[in-house]
Amino acid sequence: MALPVYATTGQRIGYYSFLTYCGFVFFFLIAPIFVVLPLSFSSSPFFEFTREFMSFESEAWSVRWYKQMLGICDPNEIITTVCTDKWMKGTVNSFYIGFVSTFLATALGTIAALGLSRPHMPFKGLIMAILISPMIVPLIITAAGMFFFYSKLGLTHSYTGLILAHTALGTPFVVITVTATLTGFDNNLIRASQSLGADTMRTFFKVIMPLILPGVISGALFAFITSFDEVVVVLFVGSVEQVTIPRQMWAGLRQEISPVILCMATCLVALSIALLTTVELLRRRSERLRGIKHR
Amino acid sequence: MSSETISGPILTSDGIPLKVSLRKAEKRNKIRAFLLVLPLLAFILITFIIPIGDMLARSVDDRYINTVFPKTFEVFKKWDKQDLPPEEVYETMFFEINAAEGYKIGKSSTRMNYSKSGWKSLIKKSQRKFKRIKEGPYKEQMIKIDKRWGDPFYWKALGEMVDPTTMGYYLNAVDLKYDSNKEIIAQPENRRIYNHTWIKTFKVSLLVTLFTLMLGYPIAYLLATLPLKYSNLLMICVLLPFWTSLLVRTVAWMIILQQNGVFNNLMVIAGLIADENRWKLMYNETGTIIVMTQILLPFMVLPLYSVMKTISPSYMKAALNLGASPLHAFWKVYMPNSLPGISAGGLLVFIIAIGYFITPELVGGKDGQMIGNWIAYHLKTTLNWGLCAALGSILLAVMLVFYWVYNKIIGVENIKLG
Repeated sequence: MALPVYATTGQRIGYYSFLTYCGFVFFFLIAPIFVVLPLSFSSSPFFEFTREFMSFESEAWSVRWYKQMLGICDPNEIITTVCTDKWMKGTVNSFYIGFVSTFLATALGTIAALGLSRPHMPFKGLIMAILISPMIVPLIITAAGMFFFYSKLGLTHSYTGLILAHTALGTPFVVITVTATLTGFDNNLIRASQSLGADTMRTFFKVIMPLILPGVISGALFAFITSFDEVVVVLFVGSVEQVTIPRQMWAGLRQEISPVILCMATCLVALSIALLTTVELLRRRSERLRGIKHR
Repeated sequence: MSSETISGPILTSDGIPLKVSLRKAEKRNKIRAFLLVLPLLAFILITFIIPIGDMLARSVDDRYINTVFPKTFEVFKKWDKQDLPPEEVYETMFFEINAAEGYKIGKSSTRMNYSKSGWKSLIKKSQRKFKRIKEGPYKEQMIKIDKRWGDPFYWKALGEMVDPTTMGYYLNAVDLKYDSNKEIIAQPENRRIYNHTWIKTFKVSLLVTLFTLMLGYPIAYLLATLPLKYSNLLMICVLLPFWTSLLVRTVAWMIILQQNGVFNNLMVIAGLIADENRWKLMYNETGTIIVMTQILLPFMVLPLYSVMKTISPSYMKAALNLGASPLHAFWKVYMPNSLPGISAGGLLVFIIAIGYFITPELVGGKDGQMIGNWIAYHLKTTLNWGLCAALGSILLAVMLVFYWVYNKIIGVENIKLG
């Protein structure tokens, strides 16, 4: 959408002010994420850009909060916040809950998406609406409902309860991404495979799976990040025992105001950049594959 | 095939009419498709839909107190609601309070306190002093222990709990209540909190939707019209916040918006505001709106972008060619074409915004709390789960209406991610 050479002055002004406005919006979107990065290296226990910090004085910069995040406590240091191993414990728990629930969500979601994409699926609209609902219903309502019901089953304050909850929250993403990859899937490939003598399992793993893999992986990544970032259900269904990164960050914001949060936030931003890159690459690969097929 | 004409229904090779055979095959296919979906459907029903249903049931459930005072309520029903209940009611109440375990009485008296405050302390006091009463008649002795036993308003309040279901929690959730004759009246002025919060929740959600549209529309347009090489790069700016933890973004905004934060510091350095009257941008409604706008912006941009991508640039060119001014062409040609994107993004942002809890809790302060915060408060702090469930059910109903509209207009299967 470049400006034509014959544009009038008015059009030029309009065009450039439009670009400036867009620049401002992009800045508004992206700048907050990068504000946390420098501050995580500050030695001050407050979330502030101090004068010393801005003039790069060496005492104002430190990695002490990173050390605390890793659970390395220096006994000689004047401690302003409690140095605990909870951050590391939370990291382990977050990955554990994340991996297990992602695995379950991906398996259940992929199989369901295969069924939903078949031309003969009965009640497709209704079933789809039910399967997507965990993504749409506000988390606080989900958390309240699960808290009431899971406590009857003795599942609150347990890893099992959290994993079940996070699996339910993650499946819509898998269903959506895999059904999207399956649109335009050539069913003749299945027939070809079967006519050549492959059984159902072999057809699935050798023919269907390689083609929908990008969708499955990006669905799995969505499910993982959903579980990994989720705090509301963890707060209500889990207990202090099941500390996860978001729960610890929440506690850090509500009670301690510990700068270790900023270090963890920096790590999470790095993680999200890595995940985003992976998903983008997969999406392009998938589009390329499907593009070839349509030709 | 021989030359003879086929008469009657077409048969397959094994002699079954083709129609029957096809129908059978289709039925088998249907079952097979359904069996693939079944595991997930069952899983979602058990781990998600039933819990939500449980919450709905809890919002009207009043059975508990009926299991603690079954006989009292039985004789209570016979009372004509004039003056004070007869001796029989006092007597059964006395015995049932003495007989039940302490925690049951505690839980029941909490419920009784919801319909008339004072019940809880009355029961607690009476539990201790009932030991003094050796034999009947009980009415006089109970009133002697505490005057409130002689107050008909306390007794009338019990009438609300006699049925196993109650609408009381729903009434509370919209600042109404039952009076002593079970008529619906408004809450006293100083106890009205929810209507105000409902209005605020809708107001904040609408404003956030409006702001995300104002900010999101131009950049979606830019992304849709730029060459792919540049737009892919800029798209990262939209997707990265989408992938970044909600808490990280909220922390970032706390750093920016606080009194000694980045924004206020920059404004002071630039000389735009004086050091002593820095703007209060956080712990109020303004903070909630600013932060929610940024967090929900990608949900507006992505649907807009996918719709705008399908609008052919030649439409605009044609309009301009036919003599429309750029603004007129945009308003009459481009805007109507992008309406599906606006409704998809707007509904999505609104649906997510009305249920928000984390952000208002952290940056909203007292003034920026939404209905989600009250649900959490009753769930964890006051333990008034009936009211919690009623608030949640109303929110869910509102949400489902919008979800239904969304499904009608856009279709859930068209939700796109990334």
